[in-house]
Amino acid sequence: MSLQSLNKSGLPTSLARLLRLVAAWVKQHRDRIRGLVLGTRDTYGLVFTALVYVLLIAIGFVYLYPLLFMLITSLKSPSDLLNPMVQWVPSELYFGNYVKAFNVLDYLNTLLSSTLVSVVPSAIQTIICSIVGYGLARYQFPGKHVLFGLILATFIIPPQNTVIPQMLTYRDLGLLGSIWSLILPALVGQGFRSAIFILIFYQTFLSLPKALEEAARLDGASDLKVYLSIAVPAAVPSFIIAIIFSIVWYWNETYLTVIFLGGGIQTLPMQLSKFAQAYENLYPPGMVNIFDRLNEAVKLSGTFLNILPLLLMYFLLQKWFVESVERTGITGE
Amino acid sequence: MTVIRRSQFSLRYQTRQALQGYAFVLPWIIGFVLFSMAPLFQTFRYSLNQVIVSATGVEQTYVQWQNYTKALFTDPTFIQLVIEYAIETLVSVPIIMIFSMVIAMFLNLRLRFKGIFRTIFFLPVVITSGPVIRELVSQGATSMPQIATSPAILRFLEDLPRTLRSPVEYLLTSFILILWFSGVQILIYLASLQKIDRSIYEAAAIDGASAWESFWKITLPSLSTTNVVVAVYTIITLSHFSENKVVRYIYAQTYDIEGGIGYASAMSFLYFAVLVLILLVVYLLLMSRAKRA
Repeated sequence: MSLQSLNKSGLPTSLARLLRLVAAWVKQHRDRIRGLVLGTRDTYGLVFTALVYVLLIAIGFVYLYPLLFMLITSLKSPSDLLNPMVQWVPSELYFGNYVKAFNVLDYLNTLLSSTLVSVVPSAIQTIICSIVGYGLARYQFPGKHVLFGLILATFIIPPQNTVIPQMLTYRDLGLLGSIWSLILPALVGQGFRSAIFILIFYQTFLSLPKALEEAARLDGASDLKVYLSIAVPAAVPSFIIAIIFSIVWYWNETYLTVIFLGGGIQTLPMQLSKFAQAYENLYPPGMVNIFDRLNEAVKLSGTFLNILPLLLMYFLLQKWFVESVERTGITGE
Repeated sequence: MTVIRRSQFSLRYQTRQALQGYAFVLPWIIGFVLFSMAPLFQTFRYSLNQVIVSATGVEQTYVQWQNYTKALFTDPTFIQLVIEYAIETLVSVPIIMIFSMVIAMFLNLRLRFKGIFRTIFFLPVVITSGPVIRELVSQGATSMPQIATSPAILRFLEDLPRTLRSPVEYLLTSFILILWFSGVQILIYLASLQKIDRSIYEAAAIDGASAWESFWKITLPSLSTTNVVVAVYTIITLSHFSENKVVRYIYAQTYDIEGGIGYASAMSFLYFAVLVLILLVVYLLLMSRAKRA
């Protein structure tokens, strides 16, 4: 039927049909373009998406600028540093700065002690904070609100308000400069930023179902056993998050470590903070030629070596870092 | 009979509960007394004394409030540093809050490569330590050099009144540094944003609300408690940071012959008071907002 009508119809009608078809197609097409560019109910549209990406990339660049600056400067040879033409692309990859910084930092030794000083107190702090957090989440007892207030207070009190008497006590006990000055507070839940970890575990245990624990208790398990065999395995993600954050914060902490460990253990950040002095001990200014004097490239190599272990840890475990807040449910309720 | 027995049982159950609870939190209580409360009182006692540490022991001479009056009225550096600290904190906190909220909203969109950006924005949290920041600042890596030292900006700074100049200068020279303190805050905002029910936005859109209106009427009110948490966290992090000028000054004075432990302790308490004051002001400001919403 339709084929016949097409044959029969004159030119104007078929043109009109064609135009109608084109118009329909264009209309359809225009909708799609409109949707693509300006967005629909389900998509954001090209304009908006491009804008967001441009902003994110620009801000990301500003964010990474100090790191890029550090990396590039640290690879500049002394002649590149003096050459004003060389800004972003060094004329050669020069690793001499890293060799010097490696020696000045006494890298392997300080790396080892930094690792020890951050991992051991972190592990202890995590365990203790989980026990305290469990107690707060699972048991009702008088004075719980006061306890929460005090935990928050320990987060607010500046370290310099408590550090001097501690330091003098450690001095009397002969613990100054040893790792025990960091372990002891961690052992009783007063490690670095322990309030945050207690809250993390409090939230975690609060969000876990109680039924299993109650069943075990009816079967005669002791409270400690319930905690160890049911609560802890269920809270493994929080343990991982707590320990890696704790390691990072202990690693980066210098105020307390300088006071407690000064003269004893040397951590990487501590060694970095007296980099210039250590450099001149190793390469006395009068003894070396002008190119081997301390310059910003060597300093920034030292800084980069300082953060390198953390960067590696971050990129290996980044999922745990960036999902930490969602997984532990710390958002302020 | 049975009723009495049951109530006895429930009482026993409650005491048992309480005792078990105390057992779990006991380590913390001991630690609090030994490592927070006792040192805090001791530091307060030091602040009222002239303290001299020798090889044999600690000698104290009672000087009443002299250390405090010295910090407040005689020492010009301390007060100036505290004022600078207060201004810088009050400038940084809103910037960090708005920045991390905006970034969190971007990262909450349905975008590709979200993970990469999230990784970038959280990176500073992992590597920020005092000495690293000090090196980066001293090498000029934390300000965009073309912007901070451009002639136009310098001219603009000269025209500003003195009170405004230092915060603006601070903004220009350490802008990246301020942003670097937003890592954890971005995650907190992101988690809160993800908790907001999407159907509320859909309902609003059907009623004809624009994205702009949805932000002011739905997103912002839902974030009001999160704002408080973020603000408090930010203030504490900035105030405890070991490169903070006041913290460094107090540390330097501890080992100074002129100052000493007594004077440093007095300054610590004054600093603590200022910190609590700032926290209180910001808290009340944000809480009144939260309640109205």
